[in-house]
Amino acid sequence: MNIITPVLQARNISKIFPGVIALNEVNFNLLPGEIHGLMGENGAGKSTLIKCLTGVYSPDEGDVIYCDNRVFFSSPLESSKAGISTVYQEVNLIPTLSVAENICAGRQPLKKGIINWTFINAHAKELLAMLDVDIDVSASLSEYSTAIQQMVAIARGLDLEARVLILDEPTSSLDEEEARKLFAVIRKLKNDGMGIIFISHFLDQVYEICDRLTVLRNGEYIGEYEIGELSKHELIIKMLGKDLAQFEYRSSKNTVNKKSDKKTFYRVKGLSKRNGVLPFDLDLREGEVLGLGGLLGSGRTEIARLLFGIDKPTTGNASVWGLSGFIKNPKQAVDKSFGFCPEDRKVEGLIPDLTIRENIILALQVKHGLFKYLSVKKQKEIADMYIKLLKIKTPSSEVSVSKLSGGNQQKVIVARWLAANPKFLILDEPTRGIDVGAKVEIQKMILEFKDQGMSILFISSELDEVVRCSDRIAVLRDRHKIAELCGDDISSSTIMYTIANANTNASANTNANVSVNCNSGGQNEAEVES
Amino acid sequence: MKLKLNHESYKQIIGPLAAFLLILLFNYLFTPGFFDLEIKDGQLFGSIVDIFNRGAPVMIIALGMTLVYATGGIDLSVGSVMAISGAVAAFMIRPGYISGVLEYGTLPPVWQVILIPLIVAAIAGLWNGVLVTYLKIQPIIATLILMVAGRGIAQLITKGNIIIFRHENFEVLGSGNFLGLPVPVVMVIVIALLMHFLTRKTALGLFIEAVGSNPTASYFIGINSRRIKLLVYVFCGICAGFAGLIITADIKGADANNCGLWFELDAIAAVIIGGTVWGGRYTLAGTLLGALIIQSITTTILSRGIAPEQILVYKAIVVLSVTLIQSGNMRKMIVQLFNSKKKRVSSIANSGVVK
Ligand SMILES: Nc1ncnc2c1ncn2[C@@H]1O[C@H](COP(=O)(O)OP(=O)(O)OP(=O)(O)O)[C@@H](O)[C@H]1O
Ligand SMILES: [Mg+2]
Repeated sequence: MNIITPVLQARNISKIFPGVIALNEVNFNLLPGEIHGLMGENGAGKSTLIKCLTGVYSPDEGDVIYCDNRVFFSSPLESSKAGISTVYQEVNLIPTLSVAENICAGRQPLKKGIINWTFINAHAKELLAMLDVDIDVSASLSEYSTAIQQMVAIARGLDLEARVLILDEPTSSLDEEEARKLFAVIRKLKNDGMGIIFISHFLDQVYEICDRLTVLRNGEYIGEYEIGELSKHELIIKMLGKDLAQFEYRSSKNTVNKKSDKKTFYRVKGLSKRNGVLPFDLDLREGEVLGLGGLLGSGRTEIARLLFGIDKPTTGNASVWGLSGFIKNPKQAVDKSFGFCPEDRKVEGLIPDLTIRENIILALQVKHGLFKYLSVKKQKEIADMYIKLLKIKTPSSEVSVSKLSGGNQQKVIVARWLAANPKFLILDEPTRGIDVGAKVEIQKMILEFKDQGMSILFISSELDEVVRCSDRIAVLRDRHKIAELCGDDISSSTIMYTIANANTNASANTNANVSVNCNSGGQNEAEVES
Repeated sequence: MKLKLNHESYKQIIGPLAAFLLILLFNYLFTPGFFDLEIKDGQLFGSIVDIFNRGAPVMIIALGMTLVYATGGIDLSVGSVMAISGAVAAFMIRPGYISGVLEYGTLPPVWQVILIPLIVAAIAGLWNGVLVTYLKIQPIIATLILMVAGRGIAQLITKGNIIIFRHENFEVLGSGNFLGLPVPVVMVIVIALLMHFLTRKTALGLFIEAVGSNPTASYFIGINSRRIKLLVYVFCGICAGFAGLIITADIKGADANNCGLWFELDAIAAVIIGGTVWGGRYTLAGTLLGALIIQSITTTILSRGIAPEQILVYKAIVVLSVTLIQSGNMRKMIVQLFNSKKKRVSSIANSGVVK
């Protein structure tokens, strides 16, 4: 048996933050030509380990060994120059710069001291083409969806000359299709001998592409496994330290097929936005979860933003609680007891300077208004309750939210809106970057809140999740609402079929090719129009 | 392994507190008589009292500036607004002076002499706020307009004269004393407490920090960020107006050219030294300490007989060192330096174990 020496190694690495032991004597071995999954719950220390390997942090104890040499990278720039290219979980792209600038920033090729724009644009285009993304690279980044932005971040990290590629949750906002494109590239790089570290909370993806796994729990090293020797179930137990709570919560979902008894409180007709979504009708009903099914860029987020008054519609009309008229801005929406948990937590959700407590109670405080200030004691109570419920990993509620791990930050945003207890809550990718255990918790809570009368608009790239939580699903394709499913029609296969079916009939200009009637009580069969 | 929780709010003002104490220590050791206090006519005198008394105007403007700074803005016009409010007050007391009439006429009651300039200052603040929030002009440019134009307006009011006046009740504001304390110091305490209650006992402070820290997210939560920004600029204007009144009452004259000149810089420095984050966390206590630091440098220099022209150089040094100590990068560098030493030691220890 010949022994391949690891290309990158961590030996007994420890890293301590105030109040948290993020890593405690962790070992890690990356071989050349393998895809190595780094697994663990939110806050287990995955990102911290990556940062210790690449020079963002210097480990308090332990060694980093790269190509048989002990190394001390003092900055990420150094490690990337040495051949470790990294896509960090929280990518600092600059929305106002162009796509090409974002990809090439920091390593602009100069020609006689002048930036060579032709080269930059061509280079950016080339890198994106590898990921099968074809966009205008001179447009500013902010014009593109979160998914494209994530692809841009990945392209930025792709360096064909590198020996190691590290991807920290690269697929968190990609759908299956996009993820597959990424995997094709990764596999190719692996076959060329590159060592790849892959972090993801999607177990399916991990099992699809990883060769070996290293599991961390609570900053402790649990073990290193061949992918074949560990079943998903065993992996979950290794990650959580216990078995996964089953998704048992039985809501009224499947018992009520008759929907006519639920009151519609928000109705839009022919709502559209130029370059956003084509005209659509939507009824939102009290005590119901409406899922939005569809692929990336199908217009899900655009619908959410229109409904919440963030974007102005081009056409259509709306009535809310019996009053006709659009919601013009988020303030109005909040006054109507609406809530919006946005997709991009860093830009649209977190208030980085504030503590976890303040971030959690903020929406509730806005609801109470300026003068009814919640006492700090009360705030602490609420924050501590959600820290416990959602298992937010932190030494205290008084820690700055920016110190949390990515998934825990996401939990804070979700907690913020659950704490505010709005009558209508839009959840745009609420479980993005959240581990398997907490995901189940959040889904449970969504259904609990629904049963208490909250109406929810649920958006997720994970079809399973949408199917599990929704009473009704609006299916979108190419920025176009093509169908509405309810009752027994709600299943991943129906949704995929509906999307594919619309594909063959492709004519995006008429309103609905496939329509399923969910309005009349009792009748819920699909009427497929030709 | 020891786990310790840190209270961010206390941590924030440790830097400035240490700096202030250091300056006091320096004076304790090297400036004779610095800590002497005496009571004359029921009022305290001495260098220490002087620091608080002279520092009062800067402290007041810096308090207003703190909120503006926390929303991610800045107000360069405070010095000019001081001049305007002083000019208005003096003009009200002695309206004929600018056309050469030396008679006073009937003296306006003191509340009018205070209230009307403050209203004018509030309007100035409103102007800044509207430029920033509704016309979306960069705060530094928007307030630069009034910084330049404001002094012109003050000149217009005084017609280029230095209006000197007497108004016993109004003068109390600058040189009176209350319970043995100079009135300006009392005013600082009152305004600081008022601000504390207005912003920390309501949700206003939280909203200010939220808007400064992430405007997009705050907007999505439904915080009316425009109204909040408008409010802090108006408030900053009022603070500037008040500081202008104190100085005018103290020197019993309105000098449109020099009243509040370069005060905006001292105020901004005080806020930064105090540890308020641009667009984020603010601390009123830190700001007060920051202003005291700046004033104590001035007082130290004057009482040591160093040429006053050098004051600016020393101020610059202190501002630079305190901000450096507070900057995260600097801290990281120091920690890294420390760690690399430790690492060498531990790696030697480790290699010993292996062999
Ligand atoms: N800069 C920091 N300051 C203080 N604590 C930190 C810091 N960075 C990380 N931590 C803490 O270290 C722990 C590990 O965080 P890390 O980001 O490595 O988790 P993770 O495994 O990547 O989780 P996720 O799946 O949520 O991304 C967390 O408890 C986090 O709160
Ligand atoms: Mg992470």
